[in-house]
Amino acid sequence: MISKKEIQHLADLSRLKLTEKEIKKYQKQLSDILDYVGQLKKINTKDVLPCTGGTNLKNIFRNDEASLADKEMIKRLLKTAPKVENNLIKVKGIFNK
Amino acid sequence: MILNNLTILEAHQGLKKKEFSSEDLVRSCLDEIKKQDKKINAFITVLEKEAIERAKTIDKQIASNGLNNFLTGIPLAIKDNILIQDVRATAGSKILSEYCSPYDATVIKKLKDAGAIFVGKTNLDEFAMGSSTENSFFGPTKNPRDLERVPGGSSGGSAAAVTAKMCLGALGSDTGGSIRQPASFCGVVGLKPTYGKVSRFGLMAMASSLDQIGPIGNSVDDVAVLLDAIEGKDNFDSTSVETPKIENLKLKIENLRIGIPKEYFIKGLDSQIKKNIDHLIKKLKDEGAEIKEVSLPHTKEALACYYIIMPAEVSANLSRYDGIRYGYSIQEGKNLLDVYLNSRTQGFGDESKRRIILGTYILSKGYYEAYYLKAQKVRTLIKNDFQEAFKKVDCLLTPTTPTTAFKIGEKIDDPLNMYLSDIYTVPVNLAGLPALSMPVGKIDKLPFGLQIIGNYFEENKILEIAKTIEKLISK
Repeated sequence: MISKKEIQHLADLSRLKLTEKEIKKYQKQLSDILDYVGQLKKINTKDVLPCTGGTNLKNIFRNDEASLADKEMIKRLLKTAPKVENNLIKVKGIFNK
Repeated sequence: MILNNLTILEAHQGLKKKEFSSEDLVRSCLDEIKKQDKKINAFITVLEKEAIERAKTIDKQIASNGLNNFLTGIPLAIKDNILIQDVRATAGSKILSEYCSPYDATVIKKLKDAGAIFVGKTNLDEFAMGSSTENSFFGPTKNPRDLERVPGGSSGGSAAAVTAKMCLGALGSDTGGSIRQPASFCGVVGLKPTYGKVSRFGLMAMASSLDQIGPIGNSVDDVAVLLDAIEGKDNFDSTSVETPKIENLKLKIENLRIGIPKEYFIKGLDSQIKKNIDHLIKKLKDEGAEIKEVSLPHTKEALACYYIIMPAEVSANLSRYDGIRYGYSIQEGKNLLDVYLNSRTQGFGDESKRRIILGTYILSKGYYEAYYLKAQKVRTLIKNDFQEAFKKVDCLLTPTTPTTAFKIGEKIDDPLNMYLSDIYTVPVNLAGLPALSMPVGKIDKLPFGLQIIGNYFEENKILEIAKTIEKLISK
């Protein structure tokens, strides 16, 4: 069974706060799911290449250019942000004052 | 004539002959929504004013330019994880409950160009994660065939809206069965196209190596028309490719080689569904089709493989919802970390949190190889199984779901049991293949679907076979 401490660590990494009740619930549910998916261990995958995506396409390139031509679009995108100042998205400080 | 009961093709004929206008058609769907949606809850947003206004414009266009597209003036519903410019797009989540889309998804742009009209945005499990549409911030959708049961999920709102004739067709998205399973539970037709057939630009990413947008309709022809309108290569989705157009292949049933994967007809499959599908297979044989038993040896492990790959991708994709650029944002607190923590904790529902944490575990140091890399290798084996089978047959026939629709609340506290309802649909997404679900019978008034799986980019063939079966069962 996955430990409480592990669930708490995963929550920290995921930027989620969990209640004591949620930690207990996820402990049980995640352990059940991990037991179930653990059945893959039995399958022989020697010399099998991993399938890394849904497509066989490779390396679709485009020029690394930011398009600032569509001013209307920039305005619309900024409108969805909670805080904007001088056409920039404003965020809180990373360090405590 | 009850206009909202028409198929897309019938409505097109009616518009062409000027028997009614697009506005009449749109109003009949909106009336049906008013009449029924309080109890069904298929829609998160109804676009009443916008739809009527647009219908008036389209009617004028039809009057001056005539009709040259099957979808011109046709009322459709769109799953609420697909973006329509200036319309709210919630993904069934509190974290996007006030989010208004700044642009159109490519499929929406294409449907607008074709002259289609959107009557509303449909309910779904939060971020398309679920098999019952119970995991929505906006409450569960009910199955129109039996209001005590789930419509399936995650495109449950779209399937229910089509079933209850609140629109003539709809778009859904399918990551592990989210179009086909609700189509099966509601008794409508749903198609998951080949990975790369339809652009996903403007579809909220859930598990990027599995997601596809696809149509839901009341007939196979309607689904074909919708797919034809939305498919094609798009520079905004680099996994999309140019593929053969949708057309009538004029297949002959006596030239068909149909594969029956034996691993799909085992314990856990409802005996009545099995009996019905066996009977249908016999009918196809009597009509001259060649029936072959085939083996997909890694079927049993597909669901376990899916529940490693999918949450891993989910945990990465959902990290973008952080309260900074858009969506629900809690600005109280002392620093940036507090904004992340509070916005995400209050914004995400239970299933999203469970999958984010599971995915984070799977991708963490020490577990990556045991789980994620292992699952990617098993995914190759699953893909190989299908490729071997398609050397011998044109398509595979299976049940879409092991049972008919279950009761609301029945599986919500038992996620693993809920996940098992996708056992027949998940392998198709892992392999990236196209598959269609069509209604082929009912048990105690509850419909169930037949799944037709085709080879890569052979949607044409699947649709033709589905049409043949549609005719056969209506006989």
